[in-house]
Amino acid sequence: MLFQPINRNYHDFSIVRDKDLCINCKVCIRQCSYEAHFWDESRQKVMHDNAKCVGCHRCEAFCPTSALLIQKKRSDFRDNALWRPEFIKYIYKQADSGGVLLTGMGSPVNIPVYWDKLLLDASQVTNPSIDPLREPMELKTFLGAKPVKLEFSKTKDGSPKLKTRLTPNIELNYPLMFSAMSFGSINFNLHIAMARAATELGICYNTGEGGLHKTLYQYGKNTIVQVASGRFGVHRDYLNAGAGIEIKVGQGAKPGIGGHLPGEKINAMVSETRMVPLGSDAISPAPHHDIYSIEDLHQLIFALKEASEYRVPVSVKIAAVHNVAAIASGIVRAGADIVAIDGMRGGTGAAPGMIRDNVGIPIELALAQVDQRLRDEGIRNRASIVAAGGIRCSADVVKAIALGADACYFATAALLAVGCTLCAKCYTGKCPWGIATNDAKLAKRQNPDVAAKKLVNLVHAWGHEIEEMLGGMGLNSIESLRGNRDKLRAVGLSDTEMDILGVKHAGR
Amino acid sequence: MKRVYPDKDFCIGCHICELACLTAHSKSKDLILAYTVERTGEGLSSCKHVHEGGPTCVALSCRHCDEPACVAACISGALQKDSESGRTVYDREKCVGCWSCLMACPYGAIARHPLEKKIVKCDLCHDRPGGPACVAACPNQALKQEER
Repeated sequence: MLFQPINRNYHDFSIVRDKDLCINCKVCIRQCSYEAHFWDESRQKVMHDNAKCVGCHRCEAFCPTSALLIQKKRSDFRDNALWRPEFIKYIYKQADSGGVLLTGMGSPVNIPVYWDKLLLDASQVTNPSIDPLREPMELKTFLGAKPVKLEFSKTKDGSPKLKTRLTPNIELNYPLMFSAMSFGSINFNLHIAMARAATELGICYNTGEGGLHKTLYQYGKNTIVQVASGRFGVHRDYLNAGAGIEIKVGQGAKPGIGGHLPGEKINAMVSETRMVPLGSDAISPAPHHDIYSIEDLHQLIFALKEASEYRVPVSVKIAAVHNVAAIASGIVRAGADIVAIDGMRGGTGAAPGMIRDNVGIPIELALAQVDQRLRDEGIRNRASIVAAGGIRCSADVVKAIALGADACYFATAALLAVGCTLCAKCYTGKCPWGIATNDAKLAKRQNPDVAAKKLVNLVHAWGHEIEEMLGGMGLNSIESLRGNRDKLRAVGLSDTEMDILGVKHAGR
Repeated sequence: MKRVYPDKDFCIGCHICELACLTAHSKSKDLILAYTVERTGEGLSSCKHVHEGGPTCVALSCRHCDEPACVAACISGALQKDSESGRTVYDREKCVGCWSCLMACPYGAIARHPLEKKIVKCDLCHDRPGGPACVAACPNQALKQEER
């Protein structure tokens, strides 16, 4: 710790270099954007500084001789159930900096993951299961308001004609969408990869709050454009560029908090798209300053509908918080066609750690409550529900749909597909995987051809698995699963939890 | 003919293509031995070199030109154009180390052997079953072997 702060050696990771395998080829040096690896001129070999390692595993992945191992630092503080190491380190850091502790990605805290406590049903004997490889299986999903009933009139030749006026819906080939990640928080290469993947898959990606670069307007049919409190990049063409408009009120990772894209990330392209000066911080206020009530939200929803001539549905995205069901009811009554609910495990490019880990509620509970509330009030048909925040696999998607979601947003899984290792240092702008960075040299680590292919593969894989699970339950359409909680059973949950989720215990 | 084309927009400067080239042209076909023993002891070197300037990097090697300046310049007949495969072929035995080809190559794609009076030049890994090693090893698909 010579010439260094006293707590410098309390770092999280250790780099283990196998001396027999390391050939000093310097690949690790070139890959590490945190300069943890370096060439030691006097020793004529590659050395490393463990304190700089963020645990992103980029060097480990790229080492051509598999000489590197990134481990948690084995030094432990004395066991203490209250003062766990993370809290001790928080104190040291804040005592040094006096600042808010920033972090990225979704919360790693040990709050129950209800997906793991829910089990799916399957058909046996009395009702046949379906083989999706031999029989048709429908995953097509429509997002938007549905009519209460359909009325028909007859044309002159006696054939029926639909009399009911349908409201615009978003058509998805899978009940999945890439959630909002703004251009700026992630770079252009990934935006174009998401746009291409969504187009190939027949699903949607969400622009996030950073606007839409002009060259991506061609993917509009598969784009949901977001309007957030900072109103970055919002103009008439933008609102009319997509298949849907989303008002972002809250984000699961940081409910009640605005956004802050540091000036270093605002390059020429981001500046042009966001309509903010080059290099200036882009700050999204915590609230929308024109929304202080459901009536205000109603006004904004209809302002956006007017601006887009009622051609696209309007979604309102909120973070899952304590009174989420009542809030969702208000949102639907305010005229939203889609309610997106983002659970507390949802990701972020930057958030105060205390907010990320302590504010909000899990998506499973919020989703179940919102679906039930809208049903009880007889307004469930007026809006689709999109669940977000911690969807890890196709089984989570199936369970979310059984709990009442129409579709799921997923972003962390999409980033993992293109290399992310959840090191949670997105806010530094130095993402070694080329994801959460606009540094020209780092951003090109994401080749859109490779990234789009991986995203397409992931959704195809999930689609196959969803079909298998549906078939096993004897269902041939995702519609038949929607809100079908009889297909779910709980293991090891309390009566209160099961009551909130609206599911029976396994065995019942 | 199919040539190896670098994509400067997505070359990340990892130099893994150089390591792949080195291994593919080594006796041991083992990266560790190729890099530590053959490279330092026998002067084994990569036919490909990553050039960097600011955020841009690009991996360059012999372009196997249709009308190669190196072949015209070669005084010993060591460099020939193979009419069948289209490759610019190097015959190490005939090479006298005059460096005429080095000066003639407009791409700087020919290098001197570090120890002997011979040159180092891409052979498109013509006898390697999976095609050029650099293309196979590139982690970002920034090297492509294709007809253009």
